[in-house]
Amino acid sequence: MPVQASETDALVRFVGVQKSYDGHTLAVRDLNLDVNRGEFLTLLGPSGSGKTTTLNMLAGFERPTRGEILLAGRPVDRLPPYQRDIGMVFQNYALFPHMSVAENVAFPLSVRRVARAEAEQRVKRALATVRLEAFGDRRPGQLSGGQQQRVALARALVFEPALVLMDEPLGALDKKLREHMQIEIKLLHEQLGLTVVYVTHDQSEALTMSDRVAVFHDGEVVQLGPPDTLYSRPRTPFVAGFIGENNLLPGRCETVEGAGATIRLQDGTMLHATPVGAVAPGARVVVAIRPEAIRLAETGDNVCRALVRSVIYLGDHQRLICDVANGATLTVKVPPGPGATAGETQALAWSAVDCLAFAADASTDATLNEEWNA
Amino acid sequence: MGRSVALPGAASVAPVTDPTLAAAVHRAARGQRLTALLLVGPLLLLLLFSFCFPIASLLGRAIYDPTMADSLPRTAAALQAAPDGVPPDPVFAALAEDLLAAKQDNSLYAVAKTLNSLLPAARSHVLRAGRFLQPGQPATRESMTGADPFWGEPDTWFAIRHGVQRFTTTYLLAAIDLRWLPDGGIGQVPEGEAIYRAVFVRTFLVAAAVTIATLILGFPLAWMLANLPNRLSGRLIMLVLLPFWTSILVRTAAWTVLLQKYGLLNDLLLWLHVSSDRFDLMYTRTGMIIAMTHIQLPFTLLPIYSAMRTLQPSQMRAAYSLGARPFTAFRRVYLPQVMPGVAAGALLTFILCLGYFITPALVGGPADQLISNFISNYINVELNWQMAAALSFILLALTLALYGLFTKLLGVDRLKLV
Repeated sequence: MPVQASETDALVRFVGVQKSYDGHTLAVRDLNLDVNRGEFLTLLGPSGSGKTTTLNMLAGFERPTRGEILLAGRPVDRLPPYQRDIGMVFQNYALFPHMSVAENVAFPLSVRRVARAEAEQRVKRALATVRLEAFGDRRPGQLSGGQQQRVALARALVFEPALVLMDEPLGALDKKLREHMQIEIKLLHEQLGLTVVYVTHDQSEALTMSDRVAVFHDGEVVQLGPPDTLYSRPRTPFVAGFIGENNLLPGRCETVEGAGATIRLQDGTMLHATPVGAVAPGARVVVAIRPEAIRLAETGDNVCRALVRSVIYLGDHQRLICDVANGATLTVKVPPGPGATAGETQALAWSAVDCLAFAADASTDATLNEEWNA
Repeated sequence: MGRSVALPGAASVAPVTDPTLAAAVHRAARGQRLTALLLVGPLLLLLLFSFCFPIASLLGRAIYDPTMADSLPRTAAALQAAPDGVPPDPVFAALAEDLLAAKQDNSLYAVAKTLNSLLPAARSHVLRAGRFLQPGQPATRESMTGADPFWGEPDTWFAIRHGVQRFTTTYLLAAIDLRWLPDGGIGQVPEGEAIYRAVFVRTFLVAAAVTIATLILGFPLAWMLANLPNRLSGRLIMLVLLPFWTSILVRTAAWTVLLQKYGLLNDLLLWLHVSSDRFDLMYTRTGMIIAMTHIQLPFTLLPIYSAMRTLQPSQMRAAYSLGARPFTAFRRVYLPQVMPGVAAGALLTFILCLGYFITPALVGGPADQLISNFISNYINVELNWQMAAALSFILLALTLALYGLFTKLLGVDRLKLV
């Protein structure tokens, strides 16, 4: 893999990194990824997609089978974790139960032989940053999950590491606390100018917090970009299905004209769609339509009739589960208010721009099956 | 996961002043408590009758000995009025009567034996008195001391005065090489008779040596087992447990085969040219400690293994990522968290070693006998249960004190078993 000379401000570079545990299968296939200074990069993917392996290689707990990792321009393959100067927050917090909160936070300073008075100051400041000044004497076991999480954060930040890694740090918290902590971590990131690599399988978490998201699938980064790009312009059906909600329908491409294509669904319905990547006439495709792109209307690029099976009221919007003629199900997100009732037939319309057509392959079939079996 | 002590919302609940609520809560819980008590009832009864009661009654013998008081009631009564030292005639008359009565109902030997444990060599004098005293002849001080000068010595009467007391601290003192002096104070027993302190010290030193040896061997093994994949470690644990299922007697006997002068171990050392001489391992302290270490290894290892197994691997990773070098991470993160397991294993082995009996008896030499061997000797050979009880009492007291110290220092009570 040629190392490209780059003028960008990359703090971390993965160059052709592969990782195999058993010598047969690759947990990480061929990773080329830059983490820029000061950015919040999220590694997003389902379990087993290689994101945690990537993080562990960066932290130094695993060694790449091939390729190398550069930290601030230096290869770190032979650098043990304790010399990498990387702060890490673990999924189960990994606080030391036999030390008080203050001792936990002081740990990285004391192993670096920071003078006692200065260490005390920095511990105090770090605990103040996560608003836990009053809890220094407690044991981690006496704190709630959210408080333990904040202690782990303070401990990973107190020695001012060049890079902070977080491995599903909010996984054990309940929904409300998780959303609160997402914002808190995001604010810390901005306030302290941290570089953060964050691992999660929760796509809404990734969208909320990140500057850029790398979507992992089967040991590969299938798409890398800012959250809005991933949401509005997914490059593969997997990303389309994994980020946000999408209606995925299998079909076959009939014609391609410039930025438009016509797709024939299995029952013969013709759709106007926007092809993504190379889609040739005659090829099998997967069509993706966001639930909020579908309107209850008689006119549009695509119009079809559907039976409203159920209406789910969700406060700020309502969700219609509709059966279309070919046996597929479409989810439609509409503003609340009278519009549809269960049991009636409705006309659904959406524009060709919101209707993406991807070339189908074996992995998209798997994605479709997952969708339908879920 | 973390336990939270403060219940959210608990503070906002207004205290209820209704007294019937507390009563209702109490009533509701009573049924459960009763069921629990019924379920453990049989166990409690078993413990009471097969453990607490026998131990209490045996230990009681250390301070309660009615043999002489029961057999020599007249002497005991007469001595009340007598001055210190050798008493006047009426006491001799009462003693003669008592001894003759004891001879009649065959308890003279018991009296002789009891007095002997208070005053060495007293046995033969008592038995001789049983022969020279004749019924119907009132004995006097002169007649008895004339027949056997033993009865005219102040030491003899000092021992008898002590012996006719039902409750006595003489045995407990003897168990730590102390005795009552004629002037009422407490002093050392004569040089040649002092043995028990040395035996207690030896017992504790051997127990400590075995504990340290099992820790040195067991800690790395436990670490390896805890860090292997589950399937493999499960199989290896079986190998550790295998000796557990063999009788301790059989294993000790096997060690005698290995440790003999012309046994396997010496053959091996010779063959490897480690030494040109054969070592004396059988009937030595070294051989005994080797055999005890082998038997005790699983006891030390398993609690340590359990503590290591429950420690999450992310703990060490966290320590590394925070900048701790491997040794620092081990010392400040790993060791403190497995310490309760280490303490529990060491304590278990140490306390079990204090009571070791078979291995010292079979593998150790005469100078390696531990306190249990002495207790056993008193019970089975010398039939001096008072002395056995006194030694047991001291051993139990020392063990409990040690346990208390251990728990305080190392926190065995913090050990969570998986």
